[in-house]
Amino acid sequence: MRTVSLEQTTHPVLIFWIIAGWVGYCILPWYGVDKFWSFEWLVDGWPLDKDYAPAAVLIAMGQKLWLAPMLLALAAPLLVLGRRKTDPLYAKVLILAGAFGFSWLVAQGLGIGLRGFAFGWLETLFGPLEDRQFGMGYGAMITASAFLFLFTQGIAARGAVNGDVFVTGAIGGVIAVVTVFVFYPILIMMLAAFATDEGGYSFLGFFPKLFDYRIWSLGCLTGGRCGVAWNSLFLAVVVGVLSTLLGLAFALVLTRSGFRYKRALRALSVLPIITPPFVIGLAIILLFGLSGTVTTTVAEVLGVEATRWVYGLPGIMIAQVLAFTPVCFLVLIGVVEGISPSMEEAAQTLRANRWQTFRTVSWPLMRPGLANAFLIGFIESMADFGNPLVLGGNFDVLSTEIFFAIVGAQYDQSRAAVLAVVLLAFTLGAFYLQRFWLGRRRYTTVTGKGDSGMHAIMPRGLSIPIFIVVGLWSVFTVVVYGMIAYGSVVQLWGVDNTLTFKHYITAFRVELGESGLRWSGSAWASFWTTIMIATIAAPLTAAVGLITAYLLTRQDFAGKQAFEFGTMLSFAIPGTVIGVSYILAFNVPPIEITGTGLILVISFVFRNMPVGVRAGMASMSQLDKSLDESSLTLGANSWQTFRAVILPLLRPAILAALVYSFVQAMTAISAVIFLVSARYDMSTSYIVGRVENNDYGLAIAYSTALIFVMLAAVGLLQLLVGRTQIGRRTSHGEGH
Amino acid sequence: MTGINTKAASVRFQNVSKVYGGKVRAVDSINLEVAAGTLVTLLGPSGCGKTTTLRMIAGLEMATEGSIFIGEKDVTKLPATDRDVSMVFQSYALFPHMTVMENVSYGLKFSGFDKAATKEKALAGLELVGLTGYGNRLPSELSGGQQQRVAVARALVLEPQVLLFDEPLSNLDAKLRRQVREEIREIQQSLGLTVVYVTHDQEEALAVSDEIVVMRNAAIAQKGTPRDLYEAPADGFVADFIGEANLIPVEITALEGDTATVRIADYTHRLPSRGLPQGAAKLAVRPSRMQLVAGAGDGVAAVIDKATYVGSRMEYTVTAAFGTVFAVLDDVVTPFRVGDAVTISFAASGPVLIPAQTS
Repeated sequence: MRTVSLEQTTHPVLIFWIIAGWVGYCILPWYGVDKFWSFEWLVDGWPLDKDYAPAAVLIAMGQKLWLAPMLLALAAPLLVLGRRKTDPLYAKVLILAGAFGFSWLVAQGLGIGLRGFAFGWLETLFGPLEDRQFGMGYGAMITASAFLFLFTQGIAARGAVNGDVFVTGAIGGVIAVVTVFVFYPILIMMLAAFATDEGGYSFLGFFPKLFDYRIWSLGCLTGGRCGVAWNSLFLAVVVGVLSTLLGLAFALVLTRSGFRYKRALRALSVLPIITPPFVIGLAIILLFGLSGTVTTTVAEVLGVEATRWVYGLPGIMIAQVLAFTPVCFLVLIGVVEGISPSMEEAAQTLRANRWQTFRTVSWPLMRPGLANAFLIGFIESMADFGNPLVLGGNFDVLSTEIFFAIVGAQYDQSRAAVLAVVLLAFTLGAFYLQRFWLGRRRYTTVTGKGDSGMHAIMPRGLSIPIFIVVGLWSVFTVVVYGMIAYGSVVQLWGVDNTLTFKHYITAFRVELGESGLRWSGSAWASFWTTIMIATIAAPLTAAVGLITAYLLTRQDFAGKQAFEFGTMLSFAIPGTVIGVSYILAFNVPPIEITGTGLILVISFVFRNMPVGVRAGMASMSQLDKSLDESSLTLGANSWQTFRAVILPLLRPAILAALVYSFVQAMTAISAVIFLVSARYDMSTSYIVGRVENNDYGLAIAYSTALIFVMLAAVGLLQLLVGRTQIGRRTSHGEGH
Repeated sequence: MTGINTKAASVRFQNVSKVYGGKVRAVDSINLEVAAGTLVTLLGPSGCGKTTTLRMIAGLEMATEGSIFIGEKDVTKLPATDRDVSMVFQSYALFPHMTVMENVSYGLKFSGFDKAATKEKALAGLELVGLTGYGNRLPSELSGGQQQRVAVARALVLEPQVLLFDEPLSNLDAKLRRQVREEIREIQQSLGLTVVYVTHDQEEALAVSDEIVVMRNAAIAQKGTPRDLYEAPADGFVADFIGEANLIPVEITALEGDTATVRIADYTHRLPSRGLPQGAAKLAVRPSRMQLVAGAGDGVAAVIDKATYVGSRMEYTVTAAFGTVFAVLDDVVTPFRVGDAVTISFAASGPVLIPAQTS
């Protein structure tokens, strides 16, 4: 009964992509239309108007003749439609046509821009070009995908990955999008770092900029000011150490003490997920700023003058430690819980007392986890943009310097690029250390088999100081979040402390006018934009993440390690760097999307993709591989297996990835602030704008509203995931 | 009744090898023929390549060299999806989110059956394994034995050319194993299926197989019917792996036609030569074919080292000039004691000669 696809002479997938290629080339507008989601062009002169014309029509009119060679690559696959997959010609034609078409499309896109030829040597070779072209649109996009998938089908027919069309296509697709939206922008940014003021590139000009004293000066050692690189590095090291120690203290209290309210402590770990990064900075200002509660109280009691001491290093440090301690805690709780209790019990039966057990067994086993937590705190601090922006004062760090180089009066793209390269070097270095040095030093002692032991209780000499630290820090965290809620209902902080809902009304007013509801609050526009962008980005992120996770856990192919490294790399690229590289790369053809909502969606998808990949990998490695194999031997192909077996079993992971990327899209600031436009403003950049105008009341009220929206989202997730997990557990007991 | 039919086909391996990472040879140049409608067992210690061989029939692993045929067709390059082969997994691999009925219908959905035919086939499959009425249960609501039968039904309903079993009994408790293996054999014989079966349990292999293929170090050590392998092992490895055997070094002193005269210490014994030349050889003797007589007599003098009472019989460890051997005697009424002097001789049928060199 089983149809054997190798002997078929009809190939539905091939036919689909050939048709797609022709549709993209002959029917859809080749160049970008103003609004991606609007279809006005259909009634606005298409297909003959040259702004909206498809490639085929343009050529027929004698324009853009460099698009013509692609016709060859579109026509060639038609020749092999009737052939068998095993026919060597089938593979050869598809590979050649796909590769030629795709590279020609890319080459002409990069080679010919707004001012004719993009590179001088092209002009010397072919003479000046009178014509020019804009960014690619639907037509180019669809045609490019068609070429890509024709190519992967050719590769599959030659026997790669057991000839699996779906898997080779997925690998090709992921590589293509990651290259275009992660590596290409970074590359363009690196090039910009070498750019000179005259528009050329200079290798020699790069080094003075790289070793600029404003970046590397060590003046602070002698009473002057230090360069931004040292500032960032120092801050990141201090924040990394403090967050790791505090995170460890919390993890120890949770796993190795008789503490009763562990659930409440665990709830703290949700906080950083739902808090926009600069909100803690705002709360710090309310407490320790010039008119902050603590500052004024202390000044009154001691009779000294209130100062702006908190702006600068102390403020950023406090805010970042508050923000990243929960992140380190999440890493360390896994490590501390992962140490098999039987190790500690074994030590105790070998006559070690509690202190000796901790010192000789528990602590050494935790060390790699501590290094890991430190590096994560380090990377987060380096990449943080919101808190330094709000609290920085005269203490400059790399991420804010990059921002001011681009948006400030200097408008120095090349300096921004150099700073971004320095920042990227720091975070990638840490990322590399974390992966390759720590990767081999992980002592996961939990084997997956039931381990009925109990973790040893901490020795008393250790538990008392730890309880004091954890207690104080918890109180501080609660006060900080309380300040945010309270600050949002105060008239003017420190000056007029009467309670009012004024800020909420300004931001979220809804009027019942003649024409129905009017969303007249000042925050609504950015709020709805944010919700819309986050809603579009979340499913895309989850999809890209899960497909990548599927490839990494379930398939074997050449270059898999490099593939994994590449996809996880964007985890280590700070948002500021993404922002700069996107405006440098996507402001000009071939991909011209700055100022659109699309660029925001894309930046979120690739910023948050590693989270989707990790969530997917974690839950996929729990599914036994024999489930896939039995599905394959029962006649389903790999796509049908993915859809019918793997996806349904991954529901919790999908939900988690969806909600997490939704929430991340709502709280992100560092990349967003470069990419927003008047039409597409996001909540976070709107709030930062209010802060810069000293409009704290509105900013805090808006932030509070955001926190509650995200709390609702996370709560909904817990509810949904909780339910599906129960559903899965009852149906997962096979083999018992 | 539209029951389950069969399209049983043969399986043929021609010089098939599987190499992992360019170095590790998991299967080394195997030639194998499984006749249509027979049950062939791949037997061997873990790591011998038997599961890799099975997965190459399924298409879950691709052969590095050589060709694989199912029926007359070369399937070497076909992926699992496109081969007409079903497999019952060691873990059963039932889809936990689907009911029994959905599990059994799963493969039919992808094989071009319409809804009515799918349902009819699936019900027939469940009836065949005795699970009529369990269609709406989830796998987790079944016992281990029932899950195993669902896995068998799911594979059977596709009427595959070849049905594969990967250690199907290893997750069942001892009592259930005998019952399930008899059921599998019964279904295989009544439907005339071609079955390839992997196990490391020699008793299971002897019980269910038409033919057994013993594998060792990525190669085939011997193939034959269960009786052939037990009674005429080709070498010491097979003799010891299928049932226990004492391997006693001997010297072939004379050959007369097919009969060899062998000398063990001062004792001589005559038995079929099996084509061996004069000189050193080994004698493989099952513990139950050892004869022990008290005192001196015609045979090899030996001393009882250990004596163990196991209820139905006595087990002895006996030391002679050529080494230590293991013997099982039925006489539990008047057992030997440790230290008794005995004489070893061999039953007329049972002991066989094997080459001296065995790895």
